[in-house]
Amino acid sequence: MFTQRHLLGIEPLHPTEITTLLDRAEHYAEAQRRGDKHGDALAGLTQINMFFENSTRTQASFEIAGKRLGADVMNMAMQASSLKKGETLIDTALTLNAMRPDLLVVRHPHSGAVNLLAEKVNCAVLNAGDGRHEHPTQALLDALTIRRAKGRLHRLTVAICGDIAHSRVARSNLILLGKMESRVRLVGPPTLMPSEVAELGIEVTDDMAEGLRDADVVMMLRLQKERMDGGFIPSEREYYHRFGLDAAKLAHAKPDAIVMHPGPMNRGVEIDGTLADDINRSVIQEQVEMGVAVRMSAMDLLAQNLARA
Amino acid sequence: MTSTLLTNARLIDPEAGTDTLGELRIEAGRITAPGPAEQVVDCGGRCLAPGIVDLGVKVGEPGERHKESFHTAGQAAARGGITTMVCRPDTIPVIDSPETLEHARTRATHSAVRVHHMSALTRGRAGREMVEIGFLRDAGAVAFTDGTHVVTDTKVLSRCLTYARSLRALVVGHPQEPGLARGAVVTSGKFASLRGLPGVSPLAERMGVERDLALVEATGVAYHLDQVTTAAGLAPLRRARAAGLDVTAGTSIHHLTLNVLDVADYRTFFKVTPPLRTEDDRLAVAEALADGTIDIISSMHTPQDEESKRLPFEEAAPGAVGLETLLPAAMRLVSAGHVDLPTLWRALSLNPARRLGLAGGTLAKGAPADLVLFDPDAPFVLDRWTLASKSKNTPFDGARMEGRVLRTWVGGETVYDRADG
Repeated sequence: MFTQRHLLGIEPLHPTEITTLLDRAEHYAEAQRRGDKHGDALAGLTQINMFFENSTRTQASFEIAGKRLGADVMNMAMQASSLKKGETLIDTALTLNAMRPDLLVVRHPHSGAVNLLAEKVNCAVLNAGDGRHEHPTQALLDALTIRRAKGRLHRLTVAICGDIAHSRVARSNLILLGKMESRVRLVGPPTLMPSEVAELGIEVTDDMAEGLRDADVVMMLRLQKERMDGGFIPSEREYYHRFGLDAAKLAHAKPDAIVMHPGPMNRGVEIDGTLADDINRSVIQEQVEMGVAVRMSAMDLLAQNLARA
Repeated sequence: MTSTLLTNARLIDPEAGTDTLGELRIEAGRITAPGPAEQVVDCGGRCLAPGIVDLGVKVGEPGERHKESFHTAGQAAARGGITTMVCRPDTIPVIDSPETLEHARTRATHSAVRVHHMSALTRGRAGREMVEIGFLRDAGAVAFTDGTHVVTDTKVLSRCLTYARSLRALVVGHPQEPGLARGAVVTSGKFASLRGLPGVSPLAERMGVERDLALVEATGVAYHLDQVTTAAGLAPLRRARAAGLDVTAGTSIHHLTLNVLDVADYRTFFKVTPPLRTEDDRLAVAEALADGTIDIISSMHTPQDEESKRLPFEEAAPGAVGLETLLPAAMRLVSAGHVDLPTLWRALSLNPARRLGLAGGTLAKGAPADLVLFDPDAPFVLDRWTLASKSKNTPFDGARMEGRVLRTWVGGETVYDRADG
């Protein structure tokens, strides 16, 4: 079951919809591995990727996903376009809407901007990240990766570590894991923790040993360069010492705990380089692979609802 | 000059604290003792109260007449039962010289209701040099404020307050620690965290209140702390009042009737400054209104055009129109049992008039006949496109409200009559 018109976040999704998305993605992931890469679920449809914020990986992933399902994919580098000429977000959306796209993939630096845009267009909108709010396909690809490694999404302990406050990845993940009845712990310096999250029933700590204890999954977040210079944390090296993931800290987690990172990584800042490459622990490359499968799944299901509308 | 007798009226007298059926006579623009008159108006048992004195109205003149003119603001005010607008100086250019004030006063003659002006406290509201407080006061400025621009340099503020004190000028300040508030668009907490919006802690207001009150104590200036919106900000205010400082406090109708959750899915009509607070804070402020710690309710009328609001939440302009919705929104405080009508009218009318040294806010003989007749129970659903303001940015669009203004008089003249449509 999947009844959504848009994929704006994890928050509006019902757990069964999440399962539907993941099952469909699993199907695509298996097909890709078999070398059976191309489908026609999006044949004849137009997909426009509007990225108001730089992104190489997510944009490439959406583009490949669309192309593999037969969509006509167009990329618009929005920084270079009309916004510079003073056009508002809504006018840009209406202009593109008039070109009759079927799927609009949007990333924007402000929270809520993708919701605003979705109100104004007739096509299906996929949120590829809005400000600090949500990044639903990232949470879905993380969930798929976890499910493949652990065989389930419920009753797991997941530690999300690092810059939680500025992270849409963390938000979408904690909402998704909560819906699937797993336990989330947030670990990081208090200056990078959103206010009152503990009141949402989430465990919060600034101690990696405590946060990682008996965890099934350790999810590291990227620390933005501009936050390393004394504003939020004293220095990169102190951060690595206290919060960077290395073998010693990982030893507090379960012996079979997996290590995840949404990328791009700062090796030696939030994660030890050797650990990131350890194929026995790190699933970072598989996350990227699942990214394509999840985006194929999401666009496929949204296109089916589009046809019904 | 004609005389009018208003009969069968439920008289709301904030001065006496009474709510009684009676009559009121108007002659030559003033309230007189009841007696025979040329005209008789039967009020049908509806409420008759002193007109609202709204402290802190933003009119787009000069600079942004496309958002609101004195003419349209005056019409909206008349329809909202507001008989005196006290206008903010945060225009383009800023009202910070006798010349800019003179221009605004000339334009204000287009308003149907009375208009008074506040001046900036520092030139350009830049927080560096004080304005000509003496000249501006002589030219009619009723108070001095930099509004939401907090004077961060405490030396500058201290000198401004000392100088204002020597002229017995009233200074109005919005308490906020600007460092903590920088970049914030909502109140920090669960909602801000879930929506991924930059938030400001209520602590910023408390720190602003405490700093301002320390300077009030040191200088002895008459000070109005406008926009006290949190429980944390009320505690130091109560202490200062107990200590006998010449300080009053105000809040906006939006902070008394809405909370942070109303922002919901990034609804920019709910983006105001300071941001909407938690329900606990809202209730604390409503209680402070009832016990007199908060003296004044204002609409904080801030017109914004559609384009300024059709943007992602962080980029959208703050502010909400409020002239026409102030009265029905305030009736929610009565229905919820926070205050009775005479107490409410102290905050809407008597207290602001007194604090600014204006006539009005009373039903006493000899007072100007600035009056509002309203039906406190009349229900309606607000449609923002029916507002008289040029800008339609109200958070109450589609809201069920009670309280309809039937007629408004300024100086004995009818400036709005619902019967005329």
